[in-house]
Amino acid sequence: MAVYTLKRILTGLLSLFVLVSVAFFLTRLMPGSPFETGNSSVQVQAEIEAEYGLDQPFLVQYQMYLSNLLRGDLGMSYKKPGTSVTDVISRAFPVTCKMGGLAVLFSLGLGTICGVWQALTRQKAVRNGIFLATILGSAIPNFVWAPLLLLVFGLKLKILPVAGTGNWQNFILPVLTLAIYPTCVVTRLTRNAFSREMQKDYVVLAKAKGLGKLWIVCVHVLKNACIPVLQYMGEAAAFLLTGSFVVESVFTIPGLGREFVNSIANRDYTLILGLTVFMGAVVIGIHLLTDLLCAFLNPKVRLELSSGGE
Amino acid sequence: MKNKMLLTGCGLLAILFGLAILVPLCSPYSYSEQNAQLQNLESCASHWFGTDKFGRDLFTRVWYGARLSLQVGLESAAFCGLAGVVLGATAGYFGGIVDTFVMRTADVVNAIPSLLYVILLTLVLGANVHGIILGICVSGWVETARIVRGEILRSKSSEFAQAAVLSGASSWRVIWHHLLPNAAGPLLVNLTFFIPKAILTEAFLSFVGVGIAAPAASLGTLILEGRRQMRLYPWQLFYPAAVLGLLVMAIHLIGVGLEKGRHLSADRA
Repeated sequence: MAVYTLKRILTGLLSLFVLVSVAFFLTRLMPGSPFETGNSSVQVQAEIEAEYGLDQPFLVQYQMYLSNLLRGDLGMSYKKPGTSVTDVISRAFPVTCKMGGLAVLFSLGLGTICGVWQALTRQKAVRNGIFLATILGSAIPNFVWAPLLLLVFGLKLKILPVAGTGNWQNFILPVLTLAIYPTCVVTRLTRNAFSREMQKDYVVLAKAKGLGKLWIVCVHVLKNACIPVLQYMGEAAAFLLTGSFVVESVFTIPGLGREFVNSIANRDYTLILGLTVFMGAVVIGIHLLTDLLCAFLNPKVRLELSSGGE
Repeated sequence: MKNKMLLTGCGLLAILFGLAILVPLCSPYSYSEQNAQLQNLESCASHWFGTDKFGRDLFTRVWYGARLSLQVGLESAAFCGLAGVVLGATAGYFGGIVDTFVMRTADVVNAIPSLLYVILLTLVLGANVHGIILGICVSGWVETARIVRGEILRSKSSEFAQAAVLSGASSWRVIWHHLLPNAAGPLLVNLTFFIPKAILTEAFLSFVGVGIAAPAASLGTLILEGRRQMRLYPWQLFYPAAVLGLLVMAIHLIGVGLEKGRHLSADRA
C-alpha cells in the first residue's frame, strides 16, 4: 500500500507539473497582447507589459511563474486592476464547491437507487424506463438542459427563481442540471455491478442462510458494488467543474465556471492560466484521493496496478 | 440475432446522416445567407424550422451544423483510434521500457481534465475544426490505447501467436494479422462511444465561445444562439438541441447494442 500510495502521489505531482507547464506555454502562445485594447500608445503598452514582466524571455517568465506558484501566488489579473487570481478563486470556489458537492450527493443517492432498482426488478417496464432515461440523460448535454429547465420552471411555470444564489430555491435548478449526467453514469455503474454481484456465491449463501433480501442488498452487495462508483468520482469531479462553466453562466451564479468563461471572453490571460491550474489541481487531487481509497478498500486494485505498471 | 437497440440506432443514424449530407447540398438556402425581411419566422412551408434573427434558414443551418458535428466526431475517432491502436499495440507487444513510457504518459494525460487544455489549445490555434479535433485527440488516444494493450497482452502468449512467431512472421505481421483482429470487438465499441463524446466536446466548446467561428455553424453555436433568443423564440433553441440529442442518442444506442451483441456471442461461444 505504501509503495502504491507513493507512486500514485508522484504521478499526481507529475500531472500537475505537466498541466502547469503546458497551460503556461499555451497562454503565452496566444495571439495578441492583453493590453492592446486600451487607448494607449505603443510606449505605454510596452511599459505596462514590462511591469507585468511580459518583456522577459519565455523561460525567465516561466521560472518566475513557477517560483511564485510554489508560494501560492498565481499572479494579478490583467483586466481587473488590483485583483489577484487568488482573490477571485477564494471568492468563487466556495460557491462552485457547494453546488458540485450537492450535485454529487444527489447523483449518488438517486443513481444508486435507480441502479439497484433496475438490476433487481422483474418488471420489464421499469427496466426499460430507467434504461431510456439514462440514455436520454447522457445524450442531452447540460448546456441544453440548463436553458430548457430555466425556460420551463423559471419562465413558463414561474415556480423557481432563474438567477442568483440568494436562498435554497436558487440551487435546485443548477444542481439538478449538473447532476443529470453523473446520475445516469452512477445508475449504469451500479446496475452493472449489481447484476454481476448478485450471481456470486456469497449472495447465494446469504439467501440460503435465510437473510432478508433488503439486508443482503444493503449490507453485503452494496459494499462490493460501490467500488466502480467510487472510481468514477474523480472523473465526476472533472465533469462537474467543466459543467459549472455552462451552468453558472446560464443561471448567473458567481462561481469559478463563470469567472473562467468571462476570463476567456476578456482574454484575461493570467486569470485563464490561474483558474486552469487551480481547477486542474483540484481534479488531480480528487482523482488521487479516490484512487487511494479504492486501493485501500479493494486490495485487488493495487495489485493489478502495480503488476501492470512494472 | 435480434438486436433492437443496434437496429434502432443504425436506422436513426442513417436518417440523420442522410439529412446532414443532403440538406446542405440540396437546400435552396445557404447556411450564411441573410434576409432582413424574414427574421425570426416560425416554422412554415418554405422554412421548416423557421429562421433566426438574421433571417437565415434554420433547417439548412441545423443540418449544416449536424454535418460539422459528424465530421468532428468521425475524424477525431479515426485519428484517436489510429494513435491508440499504434501506441497500445506497441506498448502491449514489446513491453519493457516502451510500455512503461506509453502507459505512464497515459496516466499523466488522463489525470488532467482534458477540456481545460482543449480550451487553451483552441484559443491558440484559432476557432476551426482542425484545432478542435487536435485538442480532442491530445487525450482521446488514452482509452483506446489501454484497451488495445490489454487485449494484446491477453492474446500475446496464446498458441496461435506463438505459432505465428515460430513460423517466422515479423512482429508487425503478428500484431497486424494475428493479434489486432482479436481486439477488434472492444475497439469498435470503444470508438463508437468515442464519437458522441467528441461531438459533445465540440458543441460544448462552441457553446462556451471558443469553438467554430461565425458564420459557420455547429450544433453548439446554434444552441448558443438559440439560448439568447429563447424567451421569445424557444424553437430556435429546440431544433438544434433536438438534433444534437438524437444524433448522440443514435450513436449511443449503436454502442450499447454492439456491446450487448458481443456479450451474447461470447456467451454462446
